[in-house]
Amino acid sequence: MAYKSFDEINEKIKSGKAVVVTADEIVDIVEEKGISKAAKEIDVVTTATFGPMCSSGMFINFGHSDPPIRMNKVWLNDVPAYAGIAAVDAYIGATELSETKGMEYGGAHVIEDLIAGKDIKLYAESYGTDCYPRKEISTYINKENINQAYMFNPRNAYQNYNAATNSSDRILYTYMGTLLPQYGNITYSTSGQLSPLLNDPTYRTIGIGTRVFIGGAQGYVAWEGTQHNPGQTRGENGVPVGSAGTLALIGDIKMMDKRFIRAAVYEKYGISMFVGIGIPIPILDEEMLKFTAVKDSEIFTNIYDYSVPNRARPVLKTVSYAELRSGNIELNGKSVSTAPMSSLKKAREIADILKQQIINGEFLLTQPVSAIPAANKMNRLDVRGVENEKD
Amino acid sequence: MKKIKVSLFYPAGDVSKPITYHLVKDFDLVINILHADISLNKMGKLVLDIEGEEENIEKGLKFIDEIGIKYKMFTKSIIWQEDDCVHCGACTAVCPSNALKMDKTEWNLTFEQEKCLVCELCVKSCPLNVMCVSL
Ligand code: SF4
Ligand code: SF4
Repeated sequence: MAYKSFDEINEKIKSGKAVVVTADEIVDIVEEKGISKAAKEIDVVTTATFGPMCSSGMFINFGHSDPPIRMNKVWLNDVPAYAGIAAVDAYIGATELSETKGMEYGGAHVIEDLIAGKDIKLYAESYGTDCYPRKEISTYINKENINQAYMFNPRNAYQNYNAATNSSDRILYTYMGTLLPQYGNITYSTSGQLSPLLNDPTYRTIGIGTRVFIGGAQGYVAWEGTQHNPGQTRGENGVPVGSAGTLALIGDIKMMDKRFIRAAVYEKYGISMFVGIGIPIPILDEEMLKFTAVKDSEIFTNIYDYSVPNRARPVLKTVSYAELRSGNIELNGKSVSTAPMSSLKKAREIADILKQQIINGEFLLTQPVSAIPAANKMNRLDVRGVENEKD
Repeated sequence: MKKIKVSLFYPAGDVSKPITYHLVKDFDLVINILHADISLNKMGKLVLDIEGEEENIEKGLKFIDEIGIKYKMFTKSIIWQEDDCVHCGACTAVCPSNALKMDKTEWNLTFEQEKCLVCELCVKSCPLNVMCVSL
């Protein structure tokens, strides 16, 4: 098959002729038609994920008050926001805890409430300057009366992730959910064969500038995500076994929908945020089609014992997502039940919506302006200097 | 006819069989064992659905009491606020009775109230506060 360019695919989308399927549907299509026929017929494969992503947050600009204030400490509904930038700019992280409600309410809830159109209490302090005399402000904001509000998530859409279990005698409360004692359960978090970066394992089409569906709005890949680790061990199909690539995403909060952004509280761990992401993959050639045809039985991850408090946790077993999805995994001769942490149902909903938007000509593809790295070195944080010395 | 849910607590050793046998045989009750937690040298716990004539249920409970076994009626129940659920599956990781399960085709959560032991583990493990206890 000849190479299809981004422009050619976009022309087909504009003229309503593009053939678009989801990364779930492509699996059966390839089984029926084979790679080369499917590659000729299909133009775009949509991928999606809806899981808790801690490394998320929002930049916001409040507009100037009269008299103006150079905010240097900001709280939104009692949740601290970072204000060490310009006068009325701030960044609120999803995992930041409320100073009055603790783990019940946090940055993710502020973001969800703002998207839902609710009023949010803004309190800010300042040391006062000649040009910004006000020293304190207390008011209410909502998405209509603020200037820009955009989500900027330093690390989303993890390409694969560990599965977790617990060998200890006590319950562990983690970001991978509640892990029951003595290998009482195994949890995993991915949309597997539907997941964006698992369908483009070498980042051929997803790069800086790629237009994405984020939280119901159209957003973009801004950069490689933090902890982007393309050097992870990979299978013969190029798919990494365990956490690898990540994306930094950006999107307009004012265009988002609460159905696709949800604040989450993990017992005794803290706050996170479910982020709904959809990414279209153009079928440029047979190789891309082959990548998108990957299925759960061909994607593997490692099960780690989360009761080991060290960085180097031992791998207990390497399993496929088809096995994890089956509901049981055999571990040390015992059948252990498995549970997902990310919603496949919502991911499928997003992949379907994105497919429909492309078919309707409402969502065009973008060619990356630059690729995200395909190789790297992962650094670790070593402890140097006098222990626990802060200054 | 009436149906109740009870937890029985008894000292070490498995006495579940004779109890259920008597409840069925002597009091004409229909018994459904929802959960049995019997570890040697520890307290045993048995969760039962008991169905029968009101009078017979009362007699059955009296019998349990007389043989020195403590019981507790279920007064609370768990409510799944389905509209708010994102079907992530986190609650299924902790549910001991399989009352909460993922449907393997649609991947939505299913909740079978009858199987629920009201252990409340799901209430805390749901990141969206979708499972709650009704009194
Ligand atoms: S953990 Fe909560 S949101 Fe997730 S499936 Fe269970 S009830 Fe629904
Ligand atoms: S309370 Fe929740 S976790 Fe416990 S049995 Fe009922 S549904 Fe399952």
